Amino acid sequence: MSVLLVLEQSGGKVSRLSWEALAAAHRLAPAQEITAVVIGAETDALAAEAAAKSVGKVVRVEHPLLKTYTADGYSKALHQLIQGQSPGQIVFPHTYQVRDYAPALACRMGQVLIGDVTGIADGPVFMRQLLQGRLNGSYRHSGNGPCFVSVQAGAFRADSVETQGNAAPAPIELFTPALDAAQIRTVPSEPFRESAQTVDLGSAQRIVSVGRGIKGAENLPLIEALAGALGAELAASRPICDNGWMPMERQVGSSGQTVAPKLYLAVGISGAIQHLVGMKGSQCIVAINKDPDAPIFEVADYGIAGDLFEVVPALTEAVKAAKQ
Amino acid sequence: MKIVVAIKQVPDRDAPVRIAADGKWIEERELQWAMNEPDAYALEEALQLKEKHGGEVIVLSAGPERVGSTIREALAKGADRAIHIVCDDLGAGAGGGLRNFDALGVARLLAEAIKPESPDLVLTGLQSEDLGLCQTGVILAELLGLPHATLILHVEKTDAGLKVKRELEEGWFQSIEMPLPAVLAMQSGGNKLRYATLMGIKRAKTKELRAVNAAELGVEAAPVATLEQISAPKKQKSTQMLGGSAKEAATALVEKLKTEARVL
Ligand SMILES: Cc1cc2nc3c(=O)[nH]c(=O)nc-3n(C[C@H](O)[C@H](O)[C@H](O)COP(=O)(O)OP(=O)(O)OC[C@H]3O[C@@H](n4cnc5c(N)ncnc54)[C@H](O)[C@@H]3O)c2cc1C
Repeated sequence: MSVLLVLEQSGGKVSRLSWEALAAAHRLAPAQEITAVVIGAETDALAAEAAAKSVGKVVRVEHPLLKTYTADGYSKALHQLIQGQSPGQIVFPHTYQVRDYAPALACRMGQVLIGDVTGIADGPVFMRQLLQGRLNGSYRHSGNGPCFVSVQAGAFRADSVETQGNAAPAPIELFTPALDAAQIRTVPSEPFRESAQTVDLGSAQRIVSVGRGIKGAENLPLIEALAGALGAELAASRPICDNGWMPMERQVGSSGQTVAPKLYLAVGISGAIQHLVGMKGSQCIVAINKDPDAPIFEVADYGIAGDLFEVVPALTEAVKAAKQ
Repeated sequence: MKIVVAIKQVPDRDAPVRIAADGKWIEERELQWAMNEPDAYALEEALQLKEKHGGEVIVLSAGPERVGSTIREALAKGADRAIHIVCDDLGAGAGGGLRNFDALGVARLLAEAIKPESPDLVLTGLQSEDLGLCQTGVILAELLGLPHATLILHVEKTDAGLKVKRELEEGWFQSIEMPLPAVLAMQSGGNKLRYATLMGIKRAKTKELRAVNAAELGVEAAPVATLEQISAPKKQKSTQMLGGSAKEAATALVEKLKTEARVL
């Protein structure tokens, strides 16, 4: 059965996550049966980019009212496109934008999104994380309608997606949805940042990052001492910044900074995917967590399963001793 | 403003989890439960809106008996009344239990309970900490025919409706304006969560908690996506676990970081 792949753009180019979603689509259907969809007010450049990849066809869903993303605009336009076809699956990258409208689009067709998929087995059976990564679940779609799937960042390899090579680019079609300004009920502003970023964790060589295991702001000096001994920058998981224990600019993860230091030492961090995407590229990952099954250990090179309140002071001493 | 807040009871974050014998879910006996964190933020936002603009906060939760404790917690924090859609996880009851409902089915149950209330605003958390489907709010909006926005950190009432602050990726935000009634899926961290006071806990006992049997809502389970099996995650890297006392593990780690990983 055919697959519809909805691409997303970032800075005028098809986003990397979209190509990861294409890699996932290749698990579901041969390239000729994949239709890549680009959406916007002007989509020719995006369409040309997509047509060079191994897809069967590209559809440009174009309308002036799709210039900026709105849930109403996107779900209406895509609904009209999908109705005329009967794809087996509709695949998206699992982005903030997709989670904002794809469930509504699916609902409109009596479907649910199987979201944030990390793997696809024969069947197809879709794997996704449960309990913030502590367990995996396998899901199956039933019934006649199309199966809506969104793909987790980093789960499929964008570089495995081939281009058309010397072959001609895939054919491009234009689809003009019938949209009316009155149907779009929300008015979004331009994106903005809260404050100028003064800490650039992206260039740090060593990072000590702390999570909710630290219990309270009063215990942070423990972590600061370790960072000091290592000559490392301080960072944190989101709840630490949400609580105001550390400034938001030190947050690592999907809604914070992406870092790739030589050493990333995660203390009392469980390893939710939104944290992992911000630090997975680190050269050497160390985790200290009292729960030996914490998901952070799945990506760690070295782990200590223990109470951070005992391990961290001991580690600070050991680092100091090694320097002498 | 009349605000409905949909909250979910989930396994406590720190509770150890074990896969149940049927391999389809976790062992629920002896599990500790808590209010889903983003839902707690949704409740907080609702309470603050009520403090500013007046009105009523109604909490809504679907689940078995045990969910009552989370509902009472919300009432103790200041919600005015509650609706409990009573539905066992498995076995008897509507459509063979709540676990047979997919995200669309659960949202239909919630939507049926919300409709007669005709609220100005419906708030949910942006995703649950257990299934993490992150769809309930968006589907609710679709079923109720209302505009929506997700990943919301702040809500401001304006003359025309609402102005909300939405989180984008990598530290960016945007604001969105929309008319009321509307549905918002709230992100964690926008406010400071309040604790229930002793007075609040006392008062909660006198507040209206209406139980609705899920079967009465006339929603078929009819899932299109089913969770067939759960399993422990596989390691992506071979992690060297360093054992012994804290001191031994720390010394071994420093040695490894120096000589093996060469990052010190
Ligand atoms: C849209 C979205 C965006 C998000 N963006 C981000 C983001 O950018 N960055 C981010 O980090 N999160 C983000 N999150 C949140 C993320 O899902 C997790 O909730 C968060 O990362 C958890 O933080 P944590 O690991 O510190 O806390 P928890 O998950 O509560 O983990 C605490 C850990 O500490 C351990 N622990 C407790 N006590 C001790 C002790 N004494 N010694 C040792 N270990 C101990 C526990 O075993 C546990 O593993 C986002 C979520 C959403 C939905």
